[in-house]
Amino acid sequence: MAVVPGGLLGARTLIQASYFLTAVLFITGLKRMSSPLSARSGIVWAGAGMLVATLVTLAYPGMSNYPLIGAAIVLGGVLAWWSGKRVAMTDMPQMIALYNGMGGGAAASIAAVELYRGGGGSQVGTALAVAGGLIGAVSFSGSAIAFGKLQGLIRRSIRFRGQQFVSVLLLAGALLAGALEVLHGGAAGYVTGLLGLALLLGLAMTLPIGGADMPVVISLYNALTGLAVGFEGFALHNAAMIIAGTVVGSAGTLLTQLMARAMNRSLGNVLFSGFGEAPGASTGPLSGSLKPIEAADVGVMLAFAHKVIVVPGYGMAVAQAQHKIWELCQLLIERGVMVRFAIHPVAGRMPGHMNVLLAEAGVPYDLIGDLEQINAEFDTADVALIIGANDVVNPVARTEKSSPIYGMPILNADRAKNVIVIKRGQGAGFSGIENALFYLDNTRMLYGDAQKVGAELIQAVKALG
Amino acid sequence: MTGIVALYIFMLAAFTGYEVISRVPVILHTPLMSGSNFVHGIVLVGAMVALGQAHTPLEKSIGFIGVLLAAGNAVGGYVVTERMLRMFKSSKARSGAPGER
Repeated sequence: MAVVPGGLLGARTLIQASYFLTAVLFITGLKRMSSPLSARSGIVWAGAGMLVATLVTLAYPGMSNYPLIGAAIVLGGVLAWWSGKRVAMTDMPQMIALYNGMGGGAAASIAAVELYRGGGGSQVGTALAVAGGLIGAVSFSGSAIAFGKLQGLIRRSIRFRGQQFVSVLLLAGALLAGALEVLHGGAAGYVTGLLGLALLLGLAMTLPIGGADMPVVISLYNALTGLAVGFEGFALHNAAMIIAGTVVGSAGTLLTQLMARAMNRSLGNVLFSGFGEAPGASTGPLSGSLKPIEAADVGVMLAFAHKVIVVPGYGMAVAQAQHKIWELCQLLIERGVMVRFAIHPVAGRMPGHMNVLLAEAGVPYDLIGDLEQINAEFDTADVALIIGANDVVNPVARTEKSSPIYGMPILNADRAKNVIVIKRGQGAGFSGIENALFYLDNTRMLYGDAQKVGAELIQAVKALG
Repeated sequence: MTGIVALYIFMLAAFTGYEVISRVPVILHTPLMSGSNFVHGIVLVGAMVALGQAHTPLEKSIGFIGVLLAAGNAVGGYVVTERMLRMFKSSKARSGAPGER
């Protein structure tokens, strides 16, 4: 059992004080991350807290196996460092899922070690270790599937009749094994059953969920891992783990709700229905026609505009066009055009992802407006430049009750004087829904790869001198 | 640590997490999720204790995997969060655009 023995007063006091300091550094760090001005220092503060806690834990009483500990830290740390340094910003969501799954797996491992050894000392301790192990294992296998899906390793969503029944059955089985372990204790079979069924549950819960809903699921698993860490902290009497885990658990739950709301989905909907990928019921044929336009004409339109609002979507990031677009915008700004970026909460693969991608290209964050700030500004904009975005500017969400995206808050790009849509070709958006915006009288379509079109627009604006 | 004190810690930490996040602008949601992902990497200290006090080969093996995964969570979470946050810059002196926030 991991209670710090009272005999070693010096080490004990040092450890408790250090964990206290770690908790303070974590909370301060998270708070600093809530403003773009101080965000960078926030992660450094939190990192210092982690370092303190890790170093002082080496002095924990009754520890052995130091070579093993060192080897595991170096191996895991180096691999994560290497992968974290080279991952592309577009792939960030799945990388977060991967690291999160590792945390869940670690929590489950702690539970396994404690339980195989014979439980957490008391029934309450055992119950908390069981709860943390169950949640951690679900988060581990679920996050692995989420990673696989976003990385393109798992292309199909596996669905079959009675899937939810299977999930409920797995959960019930895991709970039963956990309850037996708490009541009778010390039986390796119960522990193996609990963790095995929990791992299967994570697979069964995540496999049917479509790629579009994955960010919400990743956020949910992030919260669950936090909770699992908190529970294991209770079982180990480790205050740093209790505080950090619980803070992440509640913060992650709130973040998950915010994301689901931004996507016009309830959490239950995400977990128990399959819309995230299935094409929605197509709305009736839209009136009007798609009116193409040439890059040179758009260049003139932009150069002589008073105000331009750029609406980037994931399509822009896929084409790696953000650098070209920012170059274009800098030219316009030099000419005295007021340029703003409008970002929908689900513009990237997860809320805030597009901000990261624009920041990578060098776009200052104060040019970027979120949904509420920017929607009032479209009325005064001369041009709304839509790049690789689709569903988030579809006015159908306001009007068409039968549409799957009905009720989703959208960017009011249709209210700008002119709307230019840069698009690779004709076709529906991520959700498979026709976009009424493309057929409006003030909309022109500029077909082509976003990066190539960006270069053409730069040429066109430069040609004007 | 008695049960009731632990319960108080749990309750206060839950409110803290909720409060800290509720004031965050949407533009920081992805780095913040990544940052909170890093914070639960504190599971590393638990995994170190579990491995440090392991005796049987089974306990040692699972403990080793636990420390490995936890170190990956902590280090990876830090690296990607820092990379993202380093990129956020303001345009204060550069343009005449209206800058709120």
